[in-house]
Amino acid sequence: MFTRRAIIAALSAGVAMATLPAGPSFAQDVFKVGLILPMTGPFASTGRQVEAGARAYIAQHGDTVAGKKIELVVRDDAGTADQTRRIAQELVVNEGAGALAGFGLTPLALAVGPVATQAKVPAIVMAAATSSITEQSEFYVRSSGTLPQSAVPVATWALENDIKKVVTLVSDYGPGIDAETWFTREFTGKGGEIVEAVRVPLQNPDFAPFLQRVRDASPDAVFVFLPSGVGSLFMKQFAERGLADAGIKLIATGDVTDDDILNDMGQPALGAITGHFYAAAHDSPENKAYVEAFKAANKGMRPNFMSVGGYDGMHLIYAAIEATKGDTGGEALLEAMKGLSWTSPRGPISIDPETRDIVQNVYMREVKEVDGELQNVEFATYEAVKDPVKAAAASGN
Amino acid sequence: MLTILFDGVAYGMLLFVLACGLTITLGLMNFINLAHGAFAMAGGYITVVLMNRYGVSFYWCLPIAFLVVAAIGLVLERTLYSRLYSAPHLDQVLFSVGLVFMSIAAVDYFMGGQQQLIHLPRELSGRWEVFGVGIGKYRLFIIVICALLAVALQLALTKTRFGSQLRAAVDDGRVARGLGINVPVVFALTFAFGSGLAGLGGALGAEILGLDPNFPLKFMIYFLIVVTVGGTSSITGPFLAALLLGIADVAGKYYVPQIGAFVIYAVMVLVLILRPHGLFSREGTR
Repeated sequence: MFTRRAIIAALSAGVAMATLPAGPSFAQDVFKVGLILPMTGPFASTGRQVEAGARAYIAQHGDTVAGKKIELVVRDDAGTADQTRRIAQELVVNEGAGALAGFGLTPLALAVGPVATQAKVPAIVMAAATSSITEQSEFYVRSSGTLPQSAVPVATWALENDIKKVVTLVSDYGPGIDAETWFTREFTGKGGEIVEAVRVPLQNPDFAPFLQRVRDASPDAVFVFLPSGVGSLFMKQFAERGLADAGIKLIATGDVTDDDILNDMGQPALGAITGHFYAAAHDSPENKAYVEAFKAANKGMRPNFMSVGGYDGMHLIYAAIEATKGDTGGEALLEAMKGLSWTSPRGPISIDPETRDIVQNVYMREVKEVDGELQNVEFATYEAVKDPVKAAAASGN
Repeated sequence: MLTILFDGVAYGMLLFVLACGLTITLGLMNFINLAHGAFAMAGGYITVVLMNRYGVSFYWCLPIAFLVVAAIGLVLERTLYSRLYSAPHLDQVLFSVGLVFMSIAAVDYFMGGQQQLIHLPRELSGRWEVFGVGIGKYRLFIIVICALLAVALQLALTKTRFGSQLRAAVDDGRVARGLGINVPVVFALTFAFGSGLAGLGGALGAEILGLDPNFPLKFMIYFLIVVTVGGTSSITGPFLAALLLGIADVAGKYYVPQIGAFVIYAVMVLVLILRPHGLFSREGTR
């Protein structure tokens, strides 16, 4: 008589025999990229954009490179770090993923570090923007950007354009504090004055008191970092409270005027000045082709800076496999990624071989109406900006 | 200073409209309805869809949001809630929290997880400067509507026949039934009205509070604070409590931004230590 245990043993032996011979030959021609993103929950728009960006790259460049067929395995972590880690483990162990990618938020990216280090697979950070992530494992490579990278050029630009007194207003969490610290450092270091630093709780229903505080301090400008969804709410209240009429300029990192929702913000957004690494209105043939393909594949959705992180992340993987001529060992790929440089839809970018972080142009943009749509129109460029945090650490500051 | 007071009053009024439906179900009907925020969210999304997809005017959206959400409330009351009136409070909590999660998932599926934006009519945006006090037009609009509502509610509850029937049904359901009052109908209408108010609050609040699928969870705490601080035995209690909390919240965030988000909780703790049954509650009410 069969016991349950015997049946299970027989079954698993059968499964093992069925899969074992197939395993190695399978791994030779298919390269799986485990894309872990928040596809549901409050950060779903990040996931949607990054996935669409990655798929746009595959659609443009085909799914084979150096004899390998690239397969995208998309998993939803719903924005919780425990899930991200579990999924990363599953993808590496069960699916045999050769690279991990995605990661919508800083804690989600950090959760993957130990898995990537142990399994020796590259982990491509396509969205999360806290500077310190890439220091937590030497298998991280970033294709998005860091917040200080955008915040510092905004400070430089403000000083060059006669803005002397600034109030900073940021969301009270990791990236917000990053942005505040590095903006302040650059701004005061070069002679500007921070009149006041306001931190807004992440779950904040009403901006009224904070904006009133900004108004009463009557600075030349207010520097803002807020996650993109909340940013749109902020813009409206900024306009309603008449801060612009009181002569207070709005300067911000590009998260606030996220291209995905900018058009829905309407009149209040006009004239906002932001610094960021990508605008859907960026004027280059690469970007025109990208925006067109992206919109066609996604029912007219406009690509934002997160999508381009997904797109360039895929390029990193493709270019690395090409460079190693099909050697898909994690360490070989990682070596190949260091120092890569290419022209992305956002402009010329490269991977810093020392820090594995991205080096890219940061553009100053103003929100304007172009052909009936609101766009971030670029008017100045800071070229080849490194992540200022690591640059400062390297020079001993 | 006065600007802050004005903003606080507007915020408090909004909280009142959002929470007073909960006062009715919790205080008068003795039912713990944590899904109250879901009704408010429904009102907000109805407004967003009507305005953005069908171009309906904002002024029409407000009554529509009220009526549609009231109808949803009526249907849910008849089919689901009425079965739980006599159930223990824990069951009611479990049931309504379940409803909250279902509503979040449903909205996320149909509308997506992003912030929803509406465009107010031109005459409601902007502000006036009156003797140095900045008055936001939309906030003034909210204050006027909510003040009218509060007065109307108070009158309806104390002066009309339906109001006395409701109070009788709540005080002693069996005797009320014996006197020929149709208690289930009274409860159903009251519940629908409370839900409708939440819907209206959601529609009014979409501009100021934001609107995304997590709305019911984000604001559940605020509703509960208003109801606990105000006590549940009248309309005036929660009304004054909502004003107090609105002003405390806005002023706290303005004057001490470092701890601003906690001021509202500090006020609640203080009030509950001094008056455990809420600010305006009579001893011994349920």
